[in-house]
Amino acid sequence: MQLNYQKQKVENQIQCYHCGEPVNVTPIIFDQKDFCCDGCKLVYELLNENNLCTYYTLNSTPGIHFNKTIPSERFTYLDNEEVKRKLIHFIEGNEVHVIFYIPKMHCSSCIWLLENLQRLNTGVISSTVNFLKKDVTVVFMDNAVKLSGIVELLTNIGYEPLISLNDLEHKKEKKANKEGIIKIGIAGFCFGNIMMLSFPEYFSLGNFYDQHELKKFFGMINLMLSLPVFFYSASEFFISALKGIRQRFLNIDLPIAFAILITFTRSIFEIISGTGAGYLDSMSGIVFFMLIGRYFQNITYDNLSFERDYKSYFPISVALLKDKKELSIPVSDLKKGDRILVRSNEIIPADSILKSDSTYIDYSFVTGESRPIKKIQGELIYAGGRQLQGAIELDVEKEVSQSYLTRLWNKDSSDVIASDSQSFIHKVSKYFTIALFMIALSGFLYWTFSSDLNRGLNALTAVLIVACPCALLLSATFTNGNMLRIFGRNKFYIKNAMVVEKLAKIDTIVFDKTGTITHGSSVQFIGMQLSKEENAIAASVSSNSLHPLSRKICEHFSSDLNYTVQNFEEIQGKGMKALLNGMHVLMGSEYFVTGNRSTQNSTTSKVFFSLDGNVLGYYSINSSYRTGITDLIKDLSKTYNVHLISGDNDAEKDVLQKIIPFENLHFNQNPEDKLEYIKSLQQTGNKVIMLGDGLNDAGALFQSDVGISVSDDINNFSPSCDVILDGDSFKKIKQLLQFSKSGKNIIFISFVMSILYNLVGIFFAVQGQLSPVIAAILMPASSISIILLTTIASSLFSRKNGL
Amino acid sequence: MSALFVLICVSIVVAIGFLAAFIWSVRSGQYDDDYTPSVRMLFENKTPSKENKSIKK
Repeated sequence: MQLNYQKQKVENQIQCYHCGEPVNVTPIIFDQKDFCCDGCKLVYELLNENNLCTYYTLNSTPGIHFNKTIPSERFTYLDNEEVKRKLIHFIEGNEVHVIFYIPKMHCSSCIWLLENLQRLNTGVISSTVNFLKKDVTVVFMDNAVKLSGIVELLTNIGYEPLISLNDLEHKKEKKANKEGIIKIGIAGFCFGNIMMLSFPEYFSLGNFYDQHELKKFFGMINLMLSLPVFFYSASEFFISALKGIRQRFLNIDLPIAFAILITFTRSIFEIISGTGAGYLDSMSGIVFFMLIGRYFQNITYDNLSFERDYKSYFPISVALLKDKKELSIPVSDLKKGDRILVRSNEIIPADSILKSDSTYIDYSFVTGESRPIKKIQGELIYAGGRQLQGAIELDVEKEVSQSYLTRLWNKDSSDVIASDSQSFIHKVSKYFTIALFMIALSGFLYWTFSSDLNRGLNALTAVLIVACPCALLLSATFTNGNMLRIFGRNKFYIKNAMVVEKLAKIDTIVFDKTGTITHGSSVQFIGMQLSKEENAIAASVSSNSLHPLSRKICEHFSSDLNYTVQNFEEIQGKGMKALLNGMHVLMGSEYFVTGNRSTQNSTTSKVFFSLDGNVLGYYSINSSYRTGITDLIKDLSKTYNVHLISGDNDAEKDVLQKIIPFENLHFNQNPEDKLEYIKSLQQTGNKVIMLGDGLNDAGALFQSDVGISVSDDINNFSPSCDVILDGDSFKKIKQLLQFSKSGKNIIFISFVMSILYNLVGIFFAVQGQLSPVIAAILMPASSISIILLTTIASSLFSRKNGL
Repeated sequence: MSALFVLICVSIVVAIGFLAAFIWSVRSGQYDDDYTPSVRMLFENKTPSKENKSIKK
């Protein structure tokens, strides 16, 4: 360890022992180890005290950087009985089981530490991690430690759990999933055994099978094996078909349920009357393969469970002031006239009137405007802004559900919902169902009137079985399922299979600027060479200011804020003055610092910096474009209409004009304008993708046919988007879009194949020439071949597109 | 021929045993997480004592 430490020092690249971030100025040394900030050091101290340093030996620098202090009252809402009841998974006496979702979990050290929580707090009995789901189940004694205490502990060691109202309002039933697997298992088991016992029937094994006793015995065993399939495994088809009938909708489950019912009753009749062997093998086969299809569908749907729910964006508990005491209540309980307390960096939960003297509100979530707005006592503050100063008091004006923001987020155009359910598959399957019943019935009637009832029954069941639409259903489910997996592997997370179908139809792409085609911002110092101390001085001074440029500088040198600033004074629109270690520091506009006015027009923002009257130069702050963005957009323009709408000013017009046609560039757009713009594009018949980030594009993302939220930290998703795209995969957009088109081709090919199969099958079945036994062998065979075709084809297409 | 009846009955009983084992394994959550246990088994059970730690440094 000592050697390693020295080596690192020689390379002049000191890494924080806890989080691995490079240490910029002077490392905080503790226990002969370097730390980048107090936060990291505190975690180390805590772990060291409790003999938990194995954490650092499993992986080097496994920690999570966090340099902020969390007010201890922040989690007190968790002790509110109502919130607690919703969050707790299971309770027995004093023993409480809670599951927390921890997105920051990333390595085996995390697992180790999170499973050793009982050594940090004696109230914890045990903790178990599920790494793939990134959750931890904590069992603790209610009388020894509070729920908020557990969350505080997790936060203090760097693993802050993600708790949102979504968790509180509907807890997912995980049992349903297990139930599904058991249903498949039982259906598969019975299917296999019934098939085996039906072999003599398939191959008409002559004299041997003619023995009546044996035939009857096999029949009875088959009947017994089919009971759990019919009553347990297949129950969901019947339930769904019944629901469909009740809502006057012929869903895809209806013919399946009908075929199952007919084959089952006919088989019972044949077996009991001794007239035949029945078709229980085909019945259990249908159930088995359909259940597998459903299972895959559910997996793909569950993988991304995000909702268009505004509530997940608000802080879920609010500090209510009542009789000069602080109470934590859920945000949905807020009423008009309530006095609430909002701490620094919290989001304003509802439209309210400021009761404290003054504050600064950052509305960048709502309007995209990053400059904080000053509000004074008595002014109305709209929901969604981030409060930047110390704790303030507010009087609630409107309840959460009525606020301006909620309206923006809930702008559900009803046609969006309508088109959702009218997807490609649904339309086809509806007509398929009707046509199928017509054919089956007419076949049945024809043969019955030709006084051949047996042949008529044969035709009826054979048509329903052989033409089982599952091949059609499976083709889409499996193709989309596999495509969602491939998309996900490329960090393109899609909400559901419907979105893949929509992606294929896209002809127009609308980009937002900030955070979408630009990525972060670069801070550069131009002028004299600055020492680390001088940078630290600038950062420390900037940390006192709320100006966005100051905050950029501050973020850039976030680990170096180790000077105390005296006599800080900020002059709005000019700059700031401060006294630091006896030096006079001036930072701000060129005129303010140097006394000169520059005549040059510039697209970058400059912050000048002087120490004791010596102008050292300026910080140039520039938002930088993502690498390769020019080529990407040019490439996209060949096949798509490319538009850009930005909330910013048109400073970068000249650059953008070269890659995007002038008439498609729009600046100074507020969220409403963006939404309207998307709407107008859609009205001219375009299918629009909107790529944006965060909440300020929420309305536009929702309005667009496919809303893609570009996120550089994947946990910052927006509730109104259909797709989350990791910033790293931004350059792959073209390939991804092309791939979605090939998905439609794959579905189309397998559709054609299965329709061909159906036509040939029905052709023979209607004539009563196809025995249901053969139909039952053909049906699973066709399903399996379709599954193989779609999976192999989608993987091939993805390779062809370079994904 | 009667051996056939017995054999088929026995084979089905054995098969049902395996089905029951499968159902049990699903119910008891053995398929819930197929990654973490593989990492967990590699951890040391014992807490490294203070002396050990100082030697390591």
